[in-house]
Amino acid sequence: MEITQKEVEHVAKLARLDIGEDEKGTFARQLSAVLTYMDQLKEVETAGVEPTTTVLPAVNVFRDDVVRPSLPREQALANAPEQSEGFFSVPRILEDR
Amino acid sequence: MSLHRLTLSELQQEFSEAKVSAVEIAQAFSKRLALVEPKVKAFISPAKKETLLAEAKAIDLKLRGWRRTSPLMAMPIAIKDNICTEGVKTTCGSRMLETFVPPYDATVVSRFRSQDYFLIGKTNLDEFAMGSSTENSAFGPTRNPWNQAHIPGGSSGGSAAAVAADLCVAALGSDTGGSIRQPAACCGVVGLKPTYGRVSRYGLVAFASSLDQIGTLTKDVRDAAMLLKVIAGHDPQDSTSADVVVPDYSKSLKTSMRGMKVGVPKEFFTDGMDPEVEQAVRAAIEQMKDLKAEIKEISLPMTKYAVAVYYVIATAEASSNLARYDGVRYGVRAAKEKGLLEMYTKTRQEGFGAEVKRRIMLGTYALSAGYYEAYYGKAQAVRTLIKRDFDEAFKEVDIIVTPTMPTPAFQLGEKVQDPLQMYLSDIFTISVNLAGVPAIAVPCGLSAARLPIGVQIIGRAFEEEKVLRAAYAYEQATEWHKKRPGLSW
Repeated sequence: MEITQKEVEHVAKLARLDIGEDEKGTFARQLSAVLTYMDQLKEVETAGVEPTTTVLPAVNVFRDDVVRPSLPREQALANAPEQSEGFFSVPRILEDR
Repeated sequence: MSLHRLTLSELQQEFSEAKVSAVEIAQAFSKRLALVEPKVKAFISPAKKETLLAEAKAIDLKLRGWRRTSPLMAMPIAIKDNICTEGVKTTCGSRMLETFVPPYDATVVSRFRSQDYFLIGKTNLDEFAMGSSTENSAFGPTRNPWNQAHIPGGSSGGSAAAVAADLCVAALGSDTGGSIRQPAACCGVVGLKPTYGRVSRYGLVAFASSLDQIGTLTKDVRDAAMLLKVIAGHDPQDSTSADVVVPDYSKSLKTSMRGMKVGVPKEFFTDGMDPEVEQAVRAAIEQMKDLKAEIKEISLPMTKYAVAVYYVIATAEASSNLARYDGVRYGVRAAKEKGLLEMYTKTRQEGFGAEVKRRIMLGTYALSAGYYEAYYGKAQAVRTLIKRDFDEAFKEVDIIVTPTMPTPAFQLGEKVQDPLQMYLSDIFTISVNLAGVPAIAVPCGLSAARLPIGVQIIGRAFEEEKVLRAAYAYEQATEWHKKRPGLSW
């Protein structure tokens, strides 16, 4: 499967990556090579084969809903690039009109 | 006596019998670090001498009067830098987490800590464990202790090199597609990937959650058995950790393979494979025959699709797992940004290296509208067929023996520009993760260029005992595990 620079731009946008102009060509070439390799999966007959999402028997794990100590706020915030008044701080989300 | 030369079980014995103090161990390994680490660069964060000595003094003091030691007490163990250590920087080899100091220990680490082990350092890795050579680390490559021009393998290359260069007595790594076994083979040490679910992943920074597993890198098989006993078992903090009894693995070690049926899959010995690797692995199989194992040719016909399946599933899971790096709760944030969306995209662009971006892009593509069924759905179905191959094979044999890596360690820089060639170096290890079964890499030879070769032994889910038994019997019948690199550059 060949992928174009335009598709690279689209995927980068979905992945929240601001890739540079210089990288687009390289990514298109490298991703095309890998996707072409992956295309060999098409020759495998998989009609009626259940997909494997995990190798373990998937069972739901329940626990009692009891209050337990958790990470103190200062520790939870300690690695944040920016914090303010006990909260994580992010750039403004809503535009001024 | 050179303490750094000893295996874990040997050093443990010296210490428990009070032939050596914790301070002496700390001093010996600090000295070794100062001497050898500048050549090998196995660590992102090596332990400080003062820290080790302070911990050592506290241990020696605690043991005054009544000498009651725990198995890992004062044992210098290295931890891969994608496993969280409270208060000690955990970078995942990424600029993104350059400043990240975890507020808690991974379950495996808290088990070590409760036994008063020495954290000798956090080891180098390919960024977020994505790679096969440790060249994708944001903090520079690690050298193979056998030859500085060659890679140590990856992604647990720092852990493997640290064990091979006697910088620690043992190490932990993580294995998503071969990241413990492949570097173990490259560096001539023992690498064990347990069954998926055998060891808690709590505190292991997620790469591909249905494949990731923590395991050990050690100087011999006995040490692997001993460490696995400590890290294995159910953990309420990881609901995918299995509630299966943990046996005393050391008791399964025997010097005979009598009664064991060994499968040799023909698909793992193909035309054009490296002749030195083929010869060494065939010799290992002959040795197992001499140890009274019954050898049988088997077939794992889906093997040839394993790399394709893996790079769809692993990248899809990675693209989802790595969405959390958004510059809000931890890690770096791009300096000048206008608005939230730009903050995300610039942070991720600056924080991630090329291979991580490539894999996020691949995974995002495989999961995107219009391609989901063709790639992700298809890969999951073929994964089922790969697992069935193993189920069928294990009806006839107890263990499966294969090469670990197609070639001895390649040169630094050799495959950096060609991602597909790099991915193909995992061809013999990847299907094991897809099937979720345990496997070990054990040294089985040296190439003419004096680079190690490893044989891989694969077992049924939760049958690490058989894997370890076979590995131990083979290892004890050979001298390969005693070979150490000269480090003469």
